[in-house]
Amino acid sequence: MSRGGPHRDGGPAGPGSPGPITTDRERRAARGWRDSVRQYALEVRGSVRGGERGPLLVLAGLLVIWIVFQGLDDKFLSPRNLSNLSVDIVGTGLVAVGIVFVLLIREIDLSVGSVSGLAGAAFAVLNVNHGVPEWLAVIVAVATGTAVGAFHGFFHAWLGVPAFVVTLAGLLIWNGLTLYLLGASGTINIDEEGLVASLTSRHFGNDLVAYAVAALGTAGYFLAAHRRRSRHRAAGMPYRTEGDIGMRTGLLAVVAFAGAHTLNRFQGLPLALLIFLVVLVVSDYLLRRTRYGRRVYAVGGGVEAARRAGIGVERVRVAMFMVSGTLAAFGGLFVASGLTSASPTTARAAGSGMLLINAIAAAVIGGTSLFGGRGSPWSVLLGVVVIQSIASGMGLLGVQDAVQFMITGGVLLAAVAADALSRRAQARRGRP
Amino acid sequence: MSEVVPVAHPPVLALRGITKRFGGVQALVDVDLRVRAGEVVALAGDNGAGKSTLVKVISGVSPADRGVIEWEGRLVQIKRPHDAHALGIATVYQDLAMCDNLDVVGNLFLGREIDRVGVLDEVEMERRARDLMRALSIRIPDVRVPVAALSAGQRQAVAISRSLMGAPKVLLLDEPTAALGVEQTSHLLDLIEEVRDRGMAIILISHNMGDIKAVADRVAVLRLGRNNGLFDVSTVTQEQIISSVTGAADNAVAHRSKGDEEAWP
Ligand SMILES: Nc1ncnc2c1ncn2[C@@H]1O[C@H](COP(=O)(O)OP(=O)(O)OP(=O)(O)O)[C@@H](O)[C@H]1O
Ligand SMILES: [Mg+2]
Repeated sequence: MSRGGPHRDGGPAGPGSPGPITTDRERRAARGWRDSVRQYALEVRGSVRGGERGPLLVLAGLLVIWIVFQGLDDKFLSPRNLSNLSVDIVGTGLVAVGIVFVLLIREIDLSVGSVSGLAGAAFAVLNVNHGVPEWLAVIVAVATGTAVGAFHGFFHAWLGVPAFVVTLAGLLIWNGLTLYLLGASGTINIDEEGLVASLTSRHFGNDLVAYAVAALGTAGYFLAAHRRRSRHRAAGMPYRTEGDIGMRTGLLAVVAFAGAHTLNRFQGLPLALLIFLVVLVVSDYLLRRTRYGRRVYAVGGGVEAARRAGIGVERVRVAMFMVSGTLAAFGGLFVASGLTSASPTTARAAGSGMLLINAIAAAVIGGTSLFGGRGSPWSVLLGVVVIQSIASGMGLLGVQDAVQFMITGGVLLAAVAADALSRRAQARRGRP
Repeated sequence: MSEVVPVAHPPVLALRGITKRFGGVQALVDVDLRVRAGEVVALAGDNGAGKSTLVKVISGVSPADRGVIEWEGRLVQIKRPHDAHALGIATVYQDLAMCDNLDVVGNLFLGREIDRVGVLDEVEMERRARDLMRALSIRIPDVRVPVAALSAGQRQAVAISRSLMGAPKVLLLDEPTAALGVEQTSHLLDLIEEVRDRGMAIILISHNMGDIKAVADRVAVLRLGRNNGLFDVSTVTQEQIISSVTGAADNAVAHRSKGDEEAWP
């Protein structure tokens, strides 16, 4: 899923992107899942040696985390806890998707935590204190994030201020603005039956919904892979074997239906998770399949080359900070929804950097590089599940905040260290 | 020198009085240069003479402060890379700047991707990339590897293929052979002759007298940002070029540039 993903074409080439495609005609003839498995194993081994962190390593790490927490508390893998986990990842996950857009152009946005807090507060103040209709308050809150992103982008791209300074200033400014907005009213409770509350509380009780989404996702993947295969074949280019596509689709189906089944054993598919998946699919498609997305990767992979190719580097930069601000604000509404309130305490928490660190860690753990040009929104899914699993497990065990801070910081450090190491290993092999 | 210039063909590209400064550095002063279709003009000069700066002026990456550019006899403005590209000027830069994270196809088509309503047509781009590589007899093992994994020669080949993609009329090559081995260099020189014979005008920057002698028709020398001689390669000696480059022939500059002015009314 990470690093340019499993697809052969489209998107920037990840290292090892020749992937499991057999260019050799004879091997192509030898189809079947056995070969696919063997080939995939070889690919993983090669990429690990080449210094690439495949998603399999992260999956293995996740497995260890789950087993440890399940051993410590047997409620950890209960449908209830997993279902809650799938809702709790969404706020951080959306913020992290925004971070991916910025990391891809080799920049950073340190203000996302504050911006998400600002959006929650703006919504609450407008809707509860001023009686603005919910839908309008939501739009204004999200647009606030967009505007804040444009503001950061302007300072960075047009005035040339380094992004980390602009957004560090933003971290304080927007947190201050949030506290100022809430200052008069203190804690604002949002309508528990309303639109924003339902973002995290609504579940599709009908079992069929979760299964239908699982089936749709699997079928969509299969059809896309199959279509790509036929086009490549028709053009006389290397293509995936039937067995390979079958195996991938099978794996996806197992994960999707097992997930749906687990969710249905609690309250059904959460609306939040559905929204998150849609955001992931759309942003991944945008970045890796469209002309615009190619520009984003180009800016991250070589500013000078991008500029010479006529790409408006400054515009792309501003746009990426706008995306990041927008998604931070959108994620902030999910955070507010989960708390069903906006308060100075939560605002301070938003500015404290916990959400920011979790979001960056989620993006980097999943395989998006801090060094620009590598990664994809899908990387967030895996990363945020890891991060939220740790948080949820520590919560279940009643680990105190002080220790949680140290562990979360340590996880971020480990993730970026792995990123830096893999980059060095690739540099040794003549890769970026 | 006027006799070596066939007057019948107007130059496809002519620069006059190009001046450019970076802060306190006068990178180019009143530089003239012209090139005709089907001709290779070598641009020689010591390090820092202003060759790369001149290339960037022509390619629109960093426009001149002063001076005029004529394209096929009419005055044009080249303010952005897009302007140069639209005229039919293609450039291979000295630093071969590429997007290391993108594969060969991605770099070849960067900025002019083939798409259907914004969605990339990867199959078509890959097909054309392979065709182009085959036509230029460039051997790249896999057009889907990231360019960071390529050797210097392969990167050079990708950069040149990229520049030739839009069927340009003028090709600017900034020290294309600097990083190449013997065989790759001779392959590149063959390639230059081939595109020249197709009627393309080529400006070739090189420090290598052997390369200049092998493919160039004329050689223009820059020294400290100024024109310092224009020679017909078939009659000039290597020593003459070198002394013009190093400034040993500074005494001759006066009447050389006079001669140039006669050649370039
Ligand atoms: N972006 C820039 N900013 C400031 N000075 C510059 C810049 N680009 C070039 N120069 C200066 O302009 C002069 C000409 O540089 P240029 O790169 O054109 O030389 P060159 O002839 O290509 O040399 P080389 O053979 O080393 O490639 C040099 O003195 C250089 O320091
Ligand atoms: Mg140079």
